[in-house]
Amino acid sequence: MHVHRLEKIWLSIGISMLAIFLIVIAATAFGMGMSPPSEHHHTIDPTQVTTTAPFDNPGLKQTGDNRYEAVMIAYAFGYEPTTLEVPVGATIDFTVTSSDVVHGFQIVGTNVNMMIEPGEISHMSYKFDKPGEYLVLCNEYCGTGHEYMKTTIVVK
Amino acid sequence: MKQPFDRSDGKLVLAHILFAFVALLLGGVAGMLQGTVRSGMITLPANIGYYELLTAHGVLMALIFTTYFIIGFLYSGVSHTLGGKLLPSVRRLAWIGYATMSAGTIIGVIVILLGKATVLYTFYAPMKASPWFYIALALVVIGSWLSGFGIFRQYMTWRKTHKGKVSPLFAYMSVVTMLLWQIATIGVAAEVVVQLIPWSFGWVDTVNVVLSRTLFWYFGHPLVYFWLLPAYICWYVVIPKIIGGKIFSDSLARMSFILFLLFSIPVGFHHQLMEPGISGFWKYTQVVLTFMVIIPSLMTAFSLFATFELYGRSKGAKGLFGWFRMLPWKDVRFFAPFMGMLVFIPAGAGGIINASNQMNAVVHNTLWVTGHFHLTVATSVALTFFGITYWLIPHITGRVLTARMNKLGIVQTICWCIGMFFMSGSMHTVGLMGDPRRTAYTTYDDHPDAILWMPYHVAMAVGGIILFIGLLILAYIVIGLMRAPKGESEYPIGETAEGAEETPRYLERWGIWVGIAVVLILFAYTIPVIDMFQTTVTSPGYVTW
Repeated sequence: MHVHRLEKIWLSIGISMLAIFLIVIAATAFGMGMSPPSEHHHTIDPTQVTTTAPFDNPGLKQTGDNRYEAVMIAYAFGYEPTTLEVPVGATIDFTVTSSDVVHGFQIVGTNVNMMIEPGEISHMSYKFDKPGEYLVLCNEYCGTGHEYMKTTIVVK
Repeated sequence: MKQPFDRSDGKLVLAHILFAFVALLLGGVAGMLQGTVRSGMITLPANIGYYELLTAHGVLMALIFTTYFIIGFLYSGVSHTLGGKLLPSVRRLAWIGYATMSAGTIIGVIVILLGKATVLYTFYAPMKASPWFYIALALVVIGSWLSGFGIFRQYMTWRKTHKGKVSPLFAYMSVVTMLLWQIATIGVAAEVVVQLIPWSFGWVDTVNVVLSRTLFWYFGHPLVYFWLLPAYICWYVVIPKIIGGKIFSDSLARMSFILFLLFSIPVGFHHQLMEPGISGFWKYTQVVLTFMVIIPSLMTAFSLFATFELYGRSKGAKGLFGWFRMLPWKDVRFFAPFMGMLVFIPAGAGGIINASNQMNAVVHNTLWVTGHFHLTVATSVALTFFGITYWLIPHITGRVLTARMNKLGIVQTICWCIGMFFMSGSMHTVGLMGDPRRTAYTTYDDHPDAILWMPYHVAMAVGGIILFIGLLILAYIVIGLMRAPKGESEYPIGETAEGAEETPRYLERWGIWVGIAVVLILFAYTIPVIDMFQTTVTSPGYVTW
């Protein structure tokens, strides 16, 4: 098939740009550990969340030097626990599941943004360098009270 | 060239187009109300909920308006280019499809308005709607299949009676569009029929949530290409004729459509990048495939502007961009789709951001995404469909587009662009600040971050009101077109530029292309789906609205 010379140039530039984008994404995702939240094979019976460890005792647990695990449950329409307090500079490993429908878990002003699905456990880590009161909200429609579903993380 | 349109076919096409515009108007009322509610300007009277409106808006705009318009438009072109009229059996099939889709639409809208299905058009299992909602949408899909079969039959009959000839470009593109639709809707049909309906009736207790979302997005992304391809048909085939130019290359146009068929389906994971239950490797694989589908859009952009430039230069345009002024800016049949093309440039760039694997975390489920598809489908596609309407209704009803209607059309286009600039512009901006989509009025207990979003919500509402005015103008134009003076209007079908090479035959070897599409789908989905069957814990249903 005949392709015009100018079109060849145009497509070469376009395809090279796409290739560069893909290489950058792959290098940061697989080489620097910036993958989207995809942890696999972490399942739970969604009807038994509150009696299954670690969700039978949601909250903050220190796991290392300035490192904490936040075990949280998303439900219609809120999060358990209702508020978290962490020191500035701490890294939090979030471990979250849902006890009913699909929810979102987004911390405004950060790159923490993940889906919480019944039966699955979602993981993500974030280092809170700036003090403040961070808004955690549900960004996946989950029912009538969806717009009230929130919690806060106080960093100080 | 000015042959009158077959009267029976005209009725069929008009029935589709008018149904589409009624859905658009109703969906527009819902959309305008959503904007004003979310900005806190009004509160809805007691019994109407924001999320019922949202469900109705999504279903009516994204599924009903688009599908009806597309099927009507494709049938008009197939009738015009494949023999001048539809075979009686094809026309019957199309009417059965229409009746099936309409039954589904009416049942669906009633169930939504009764508040029995406030689950949005994306279903969101394990939220459990009335089984009639799922049945209604299944009927819409089945009806569209019947209409697709009609197009295939007309095409195959033409090929049998025109051995050795290359099919008309419009018909070829229609076949690709409906093939894409048929392959893609298998996913949503499987979700609805195998998973949701039995579960909603209570015949099974639980639903596999991760699988249901995967099946939905297997359909959900090619859905956007199902909207886009008919707009591309207009850009490739119709626009060159309207401006008085030629199609740049017939074979490249066909090749770009084949690339859409191959690469727009195995990419659904880029809507699920932030989800658990899918491995990072397969997400990235589908991100790569998603980027492949950008290539035919780059080809399209080149072809269109090549057509424009060649035409301008043939009229004596000088300098690098002199041809730009030669284009028929005062002809709404050109102006509306052209604005659509222009908007597709930032819209497409935004799409690349959305699909960029981990970068999606910045925008996932924020208003940015809503802003994005209001540029792609609600501007690029919608303005092109409006542009088609300005000549299609006159052509099939044997009337003319009057100068007054032409001028009103230009006002409508400008109104639409201004409204969308405010609405989509503020959605994009505030989305980057973390404002979630699909959420009713809230300040999150006056959280300072959420308070900052409010001015953008007001701008969104203002844009929404301007867009609604645009819709009212459009409704007036559609009625005006039906009552315009009798006369002859052409069906603009472009011809290929002289000296363009003959179209290679392999582009019509459907077995090969569908085969490759299936192989790509199996490659992208087999292992992750097996994984979902093996590891996922299923969930009971909930009614949370």
